[in-house]
Amino acid sequence: MSLVLIAEQVLNGLQFGVMLFLMAAGLTLIFGVMGLINLAHGSLYMVGAFAAAAVAGATGSFLLALVAALAAAALAGAIVEMVVIRRLYAAPHLDQVLATFALILIFSEGTRWVFGSFPLYLDIPDWLSGPVTLPGGIAYPLYRLALIGVGLAVAAGLWWLTARTRLGIQIRAGENDREMVAALGVDISRLYTLVFALGAGLAGLAGALVGAIQSVQVGMGEPVLILAFVVIVIGGIGSIKGAFIGALLVGLTDTLGGIFLPELFKLFMEPGAATQTGSALASMAIYILMSLVLVWRPSGLFGARA
Amino acid sequence: MSEPILATHALCKSFGALTATDDVSIDLRAGEIHAIIGPNGAGKSTLIAQICGALAPDAGTVELLGRDVTGLSTQARAQAGLARTFQISALAMEDTVLDNALLGALGAAGNPWRLWGRVSRDAALRDRAMAALDRVGLADHAGTRTADLSHGQRRQLEVAVALTLAPRAFVMDEPMAGLGAEGSRVMTGFLDGLRQEAPILLVEHDMDAVFALADRISVLVYGQVIATGTVDEIRADPAVRAAYLGEEA
Amino acid sequence: MIGERWINLAVPLALLAVPLYALMADEPFTITLATRATILALAAVGLNIALGIGGLVSLGHAVFFGLGGYAMGILAFHAQNYSPLEIGPLTFAGTKSMPVIWLVAVIVSAMAALLIGALSLRTSGVYFIMITLAFGQMFYYFAISWSAYGGEDGLSIYVRNGFPGLNTLVPIQFFAVCFVVLCLALALNAMLRASPFGLALNAARQVPQRVETVGLNPMRLKLMAFVISGAITGLAGALFADLNRFVSPSMFSWQLSGELIILIVIGGVGRLMGPVVGACLFVALEHWLGGLTDFWHVWLGVVLLGIVLFARGGVVGLLTGKAGPHV
Repeated sequence: MSLVLIAEQVLNGLQFGVMLFLMAAGLTLIFGVMGLINLAHGSLYMVGAFAAAAVAGATGSFLLALVAALAAAALAGAIVEMVVIRRLYAAPHLDQVLATFALILIFSEGTRWVFGSFPLYLDIPDWLSGPVTLPGGIAYPLYRLALIGVGLAVAAGLWWLTARTRLGIQIRAGENDREMVAALGVDISRLYTLVFALGAGLAGLAGALVGAIQSVQVGMGEPVLILAFVVIVIGGIGSIKGAFIGALLVGLTDTLGGIFLPELFKLFMEPGAATQTGSALASMAIYILMSLVLVWRPSGLFGARA
Repeated sequence: MSEPILATHALCKSFGALTATDDVSIDLRAGEIHAIIGPNGAGKSTLIAQICGALAPDAGTVELLGRDVTGLSTQARAQAGLARTFQISALAMEDTVLDNALLGALGAAGNPWRLWGRVSRDAALRDRAMAALDRVGLADHAGTRTADLSHGQRRQLEVAVALTLAPRAFVMDEPMAGLGAEGSRVMTGFLDGLRQEAPILLVEHDMDAVFALADRISVLVYGQVIATGTVDEIRADPAVRAAYLGEEA
Repeated sequence: MIGERWINLAVPLALLAVPLYALMADEPFTITLATRATILALAAVGLNIALGIGGLVSLGHAVFFGLGGYAMGILAFHAQNYSPLEIGPLTFAGTKSMPVIWLVAVIVSAMAALLIGALSLRTSGVYFIMITLAFGQMFYYFAISWSAYGGEDGLSIYVRNGFPGLNTLVPIQFFAVCFVVLCLALALNAMLRASPFGLALNAARQVPQRVETVGLNPMRLKLMAFVISGAITGLAGALFADLNRFVSPSMFSWQLSGELIILIVIGGVGRLMGPVVGACLFVALEHWLGGLTDFWHVWLGVVLLGIVLFARGGVVGLLTGKAGPHV
């Protein structure tokens, strides 16, 4: 096993991690500010991917497709927030789970109705395809490198938004004391719609970006959604910083575990059994990571409340 | 003077820069009602939480019947003989009044692991629960859904659940809260008789009740006990008058 | 308004009447549908102990359903291949006997529930939901990557397992087995609710701080509920696998966990008959709507939204006119 391979896998893990962060950031923000558990976040990811595939198919422009993904997911998010989610803020978690599960059913089957059951494909544009050679002679796909860049840029942007802007102050205040913020004249329901749409937009963007390296299909959102849940449970619900660290941990554990665990087991098992055991364990690695974090800190690495 | 039933020694607790409990040492002796008074934010609730085990102190100890219980959980302290009532009634609202009292009886029996047999037909549990309800005057409401009780009745039920435990000491967090004049009078009369059974550490805002009931009063201000004494001593204490009644010393 | 006692009597009778009618009308497929509803109801009866009495919103109960399914699959697989099952130094023979398979399914699911519950109950609220969901995924991916037992493709069992004295290949006889098991589980549920444990658990859902101050441990009460709940759902998994003569990782899927909660909510959370009513309606909806349109899940979603937003007590709540337990 060469260093180049290891470096490549670390980059893959980072790329996976930052895309998870785009999903997890919205989830954690929505839970932190509104106290809502949103299972339909994966549907918004799917909406973004489908919007991107449709626009890219019609116009041929990848950038337009990304804009469309962001806009479509944010719009879908805003509508869903105003029609359904708004009634759930004060509701028990069970109601939130069920109503957002119902939204998944509606979104998934609705999308199948419109686009059919066959996967769509979103192509990487020419100017982002092909490998680049990194220092140390590592050839790595430019597109994946770009994904890491976008993810880091969004993380920096979110940090700036929450720490430095008026909206961020309102968001943080809203987490602490809803009535107080309302009393200060902030339109709380508009703030909530905005935060929800922001989270949705990020999920849609992630869907489009990942859609170009995988296929765009109904049900693509839920596996990512669950990984994003693992991320925010590890990071601590409500914490953007926790979501970022958690996303990178999960991305790296999943990617590196899949490569190295079978190799590790080959050291003391016969190859067939080692591959079997190693890959079975690797598929569970992030959940084991999550359990360990929880045994150590029940409210996550950076979580304030349980 | 006999050994105290319940005591704290140099208890301290801070939340960031705020010192909620500052070197508090109080005790509760057999047969007495010891009232804790103090303005809002003086740290009374924090103190109770530490005594009952809901909150771990930063320093200091809590002793029950001469035994250090600082490291014990809430349920272990309850088993050791400490019963508390809540400021805001913590009752199973969907269940009947009897069910709530039965829960206390079940706790006193210490075994919730019987998965068969109707709990309401268990004579021992039922007698214990009904006896407690009877003492607070709720026996006629045993079958009522707790959510349908009046506020005053819920306060009574709160005390009844504590009675089912037959505890060695009571810790009561504002049992008069929200009661009208008549309700307060009835509750005062009831607590008056209860002290012979087990002493009561009473946190209360209703000063008429405190002055009528307390054998001793401790005044808590900014997390510190500024005075402990009999009703007359406290009434006369200049520091108390200054801090609590807002008078010039 | 109808008293809940009448519902508790009428619902099982109605469930029994459907396959008996189908038997006379010679519609074996309807018997299979009724069996499917019965088994799903059993799984949901299990979940309802944790959810309805204990207030534990577990979005990972498919773990136990799947474990029950694989307990059946693995034992029957070894029996039909005449190969021994080796676990470390121990060697077992496979079996085609339902009672033995059930026992294994119940023990394995209960042990898994003990482990998952002990870890998950360190947290509460939304963390608990997400963690149980994540444990579900963990088993799902494990089953997919475990190629010795079919991996993604699952395991097919050629002949339905046997029950002493019955021919389980006859649909009505297999239905009878499932129906009796469901009735026993319902009786167990009713017994638990009225028992000292049920009283304490019910209080632990509503006011855990009160339970602590009377000297009981609310967490242990909930863990016990979770274990009993997992064991019953595991038993349902074994029966479900026997109904289909097939197990696959989809028995571990999180959609299944979600559907189990849906069944309960449609019927009425915490009601004795809630899961049964919910499962029957769910299977009926699935069958009729699924026949009308390929996109019946959209309508299921709409119905579900309506129930959550406007009819919290579910069907039993509507019929009795009384709100159920608050979860």
